Amino acid sequence: MTADDLQASTIDAVPLRHPWRWVSAGVIIVLVALFLYGAATNPDYHWSTYSKYLFDQRISTAAWNTIQLTVLSMVLAVVLGVVLAVMRLSPNPVLRSVSWVYIWVFRGTPIYVQLVFWGLFPVLYKNIQLGIPFGPSFFHFSIQQLSLYFELSVIGLGLNEAAYMAEIIRAGISSVPEGQTEASTALGMSWWMTMRRTILPQAMRVIIPPTGNEVISMLKTTSLVIAVPYSLELYGRAHDIGIALFQPIPLLMVAATWYLAITSILMVGQHYLERYFSRGASRRLTPKQLEALARAQRVVEEHQ
Amino acid sequence: MTAMVVAERVCKNFGALKVLKGVTLTVVRGQVMCMVGPSGSGKSTFLRCINHLESINAGRLYVDGELVGYREKGGKLHELSAREAAKQRRDVGMVFQHFNLFPHRTALQNITEAPVHVKKVAKQSAGQRARDLLEMVGLSEKADAYPAQLSGGQQQRVAIARALAMDPKLMLFDEPTSALDPELVGEVLNVMRDLARAGMTMLVVTHEMGFAREVADQLVFMDDGVIVESGKPRDVLANPQHQRTKAFLSKLL
Repeated sequence: MTADDLQASTIDAVPLRHPWRWVSAGVIIVLVALFLYGAATNPDYHWSTYSKYLFDQRISTAAWNTIQLTVLSMVLAVVLGVVLAVMRLSPNPVLRSVSWVYIWVFRGTPIYVQLVFWGLFPVLYKNIQLGIPFGPSFFHFSIQQLSLYFELSVIGLGLNEAAYMAEIIRAGISSVPEGQTEASTALGMSWWMTMRRTILPQAMRVIIPPTGNEVISMLKTTSLVIAVPYSLELYGRAHDIGIALFQPIPLLMVAATWYLAITSILMVGQHYLERYFSRGASRRLTPKQLEALARAQRVVEEHQ
Repeated sequence: MTAMVVAERVCKNFGALKVLKGVTLTVVRGQVMCMVGPSGSGKSTFLRCINHLESINAGRLYVDGELVGYREKGGKLHELSAREAAKQRRDVGMVFQHFNLFPHRTALQNITEAPVHVKKVAKQSAGQRARDLLEMVGLSEKADAYPAQLSGGQQQRVAIARALAMDPKLMLFDEPTSALDPELVGEVLNVMRDLARAGMTMLVVTHEMGFAREVADQLVFMDDGVIVESGKPRDVLANPQHQRTKAFLSKLL
């Protein structure tokens, strides 16, 4: 008996039909069409203003400022978040308590209040000095003379977000089974090397989806920096122009369009990051491995 | 005949719970000792103490003449720093019941991880050595597979190769076949048998009496935190002296 005799013919069945999917899709299309028609014919949307300002240079510059605020504050938050999470899980009780207090304060007060506080920072601390405590100072400059609202916004957003990132990262680290630490320790790795080489790379798979969430959330939280006050980001700028024109609605639509566009780009980035860090997580073979196995199978069959 | 592991009245508590109640034994260099006993008897804990994954509460524990986890100075014990403890562990290989391979690294990367990053061996020579070890455990063609793509028996063989890559002077096996399907047990035991023949000093916690009878130089029966009986495996298995040993063995057969 050869392999061909054993092989049954390939199944050619009628696929299962799904009529209700078609019905519901039809209903939704009608509703969307109604809404679009209403929006297009309602003069209060001021679509001409919308199209005029969508690619206005002031708006695109503001969008760029928003992206910078988001990226810089998230970088600060992730770096600080890793440090705080590692501190919270470290065997050193001093580091553990410091991290706990930090998270308690920065997660326990509203972001708006914190941003107002950072705006008042130059009032509280007029000069920065570098020197020996209670002794001579080597270097000092006045921060009141500088206009640091952008930097203060980044610090305010970043320090607040770090508290949340620390908890996300801690959850990720805790999700890695204990046996991984044991195996690394048994191989003679130090605690820090175990963290860096074994635990954190595996924790990334759990950390990335909520972090993507946080980035997208941060993009929109940047609209609160008006509290600092910094108003050259997307929402602040669109709002100001809208007020000046007595047409807030089209400018809000402009801002919303930009936010949506940036979010979409961020989602693509998240997809690729997730794919990279999920390697080894599933027993599903990669296309490359499947191809190699199929090739090997063919060779065996040809030899029979 | 020199001793690789010397335990003198080793005690270990977890809070108020006494897990080891004075374990005294000697593993001779180049020999294989198998530890058997009911679950909860303290076998695994004892193994973990040897690698200082747990620190002991009383007694003395030596590996290759060196006190484990402490330094004796002026009649007092001083805890070793994390760095010194890590250095001690490098020379002791450990194989776990649940393999504990690094899932984000391929079989080959699992094996080269510690030599490259702990011992600072050059990547090239560590890779070559890893391939040799994979061949030794019969998995040359699985070098680039991730652990999730390997069967339990294959994973455990990679784990043995990973431990061997550090050139340990002692290998600890913590129930290496207990998590495996019956048809996969043999392939792991074969690798361990070869290792024993090659002269590796091994301490094996196991329920595989056939393996113990054939390979072990010494068999130790442990129950309730103490060593109840020890001797040549043939003698202990065929003619147990102690009531508790008899009861345990009768349940197995």
